[in-house]
Amino acid sequence: MVMTADAEGSTLQLRDVRKSFPDPDDPVNRRLVLSGISISLATGELVSLIGPSGCGKSTLLRLIAGLETPDSGDLLIGTEAIRGPSAERGLVFQDPNLFPWLTVRRNIEAGLVARGLLQEKKTEVDEFMRLVELQAFANAFPHHLSGGMAQRVALARALINHPKVLLLDEPLGALDAFTRMRMQDEVLRLWSARRSTTLLVTHDIDEAIYMSDRIMIMTPRPGRIDQIIPVELERPRHRSNPQFLQLRGEILDLLHFAGGERMKSGNANTPVV
Amino acid sequence: MRNGDDATAAISPPKPPPVSVAASLRTLSIFAGSVALALLMHLIISRNEPPLETRFYTIFLGSVFAIAVITAPAQIFLPRLRRIRQNLHPILTAATLLLCLWEIVTSGVRLLPLPYFPGPAKVLHSLISDRLLLFDSTWHSLLLLLSGYALGVIAGLITGLCIGWSPPVRYWGMPLLKVVGPIPATAWIPLAMVVSPSTMFSAVALIALAVWFPVTMLTASGISNTRASYLDVARTLGAGRGYLIFRVAVPAASPNIFIGLFMGLGASFLTLVVAETVGVRSGLGWYVSWAQGWAEYGKVFAALVIMAAFFSTIMTVLFKVRDRMLVWQKGVIKW
Repeated sequence: MVMTADAEGSTLQLRDVRKSFPDPDDPVNRRLVLSGISISLATGELVSLIGPSGCGKSTLLRLIAGLETPDSGDLLIGTEAIRGPSAERGLVFQDPNLFPWLTVRRNIEAGLVARGLLQEKKTEVDEFMRLVELQAFANAFPHHLSGGMAQRVALARALINHPKVLLLDEPLGALDAFTRMRMQDEVLRLWSARRSTTLLVTHDIDEAIYMSDRIMIMTPRPGRIDQIIPVELERPRHRSNPQFLQLRGEILDLLHFAGGERMKSGNANTPVV
Repeated sequence: MRNGDDATAAISPPKPPPVSVAASLRTLSIFAGSVALALLMHLIISRNEPPLETRFYTIFLGSVFAIAVITAPAQIFLPRLRRIRQNLHPILTAATLLLCLWEIVTSGVRLLPLPYFPGPAKVLHSLISDRLLLFDSTWHSLLLLLSGYALGVIAGLITGLCIGWSPPVRYWGMPLLKVVGPIPATAWIPLAMVVSPSTMFSAVALIALAVWFPVTMLTASGISNTRASYLDVARTLGAGRGYLIFRVAVPAASPNIFIGLFMGLGASFLTLVVAETVGVRSGLGWYVSWAQGWAEYGKVFAALVIMAAFFSTIMTVLFKVRDRMLVWQKGVIKW
């Protein structure tokens, strides 16, 4: 098993990041999606990003992944600026996006094949198959897998590259409630084994409190970081713990309160999570 | 929606239900009966024909009848054979009855004008007596078809890949493809005859052209419709351009590419026969027009029978190749 206590992650820093897209209704104009995003993640930290849909959470993740380039601002991994996608920043989507033409094992190997490291690190494939408990499905094709299993494969596929930063874009959003709770533990187990710096986009307040060290709340149009809430609960956490519930209440309150404020300032249709 | 971890993999196909001996015997006797009927009709009809010309067909029907009768007891002990036969019998019975009907309509009551519509006995006779020339023609057709098809597929895959992947190539290539591609390859024949040094060479080029268009079209559309998220995932896994093209876009496009390969194969059959009829002095297409020139319609039909077997065999081979390569689609789509 890969059970190193040393963090594999790296710090992640965003300074005043701004991103706009061409307006689909009016191609001459650009629509501002993210404005003045400055965040900083410590090595091995797990931070959640919550906010209403359309607030640019996914765009922020795509910027960090290097799939989009910002209009302005700096994005740094450690001390290095992000330039394009790379294996050091793993990304897992809500849809597992497994390659349907590859078996489970070959999907997990994909990152090694892409980087020409398969021969060197063949044994690691077995380790990761074991880590996500999918040995029995090594030769199955993705459409034979359930949603939870498919997402475990997607996680293993991202983790085999030992990413410094793991970006999770609502990875558990499509799962049913029970599978989701089981997968939250699974992700936490992988995270504590690997200590990749992890940024988790979610729309589930419980999930954010249960999993993360800090919660960042975003507001939409243009998206910006509104609040940063530290979660100072002992791990492993309990969903019915009074402190857990209190924090949950506070965040809900905060979101309602934030919604009310927006209305006064003329930004009427900010939906609450 | 795939939910819940307990959904397990359905890996082995369900076993077909066992076939009872009695049911099998019933279908078997129907088949044997139909063969007996065909044989009887043949013997009655062929009384007035020269015996040499009908002998092969008599032997053929006789041996089919013998097989039908002999396998009856054998299938009691061999469940595998029983299942195969059970499956095949309805279609074999229908085929036998169709042969019988053909013989009645042609040689029997002469409903269709002779010599244009010979009976099955005559066709089988031509098939066997002219087997050397037919074999030689089939061989030439196979060589011509395979070289033209291979050339067209290779060219089509390359151009399709370039057009599908690269926007500039798409911008310049697509209009050309859309204007030139739909011209039937056979329409180039007059030009090809003038330009090319040998008819063989021009026939290969024409078949390749006929194959190239659908393969290019379908490959290009498959490649350019690769799901963006697959490419995004691959990029965050550290994939370079080679991986993105050959390990993501090409497999993602492969169902489309196979449609192109099938369409190309159909076009290649057509072009092959036309090219052999008008230019190339060998092959099945040439054989048909040659036999027709001598008014030997038995041979014309014999060549058609060979063509049917020949083309459908090649088609089947391509299906097998697809089944192997797209095995990951099994259970996702219906084929």
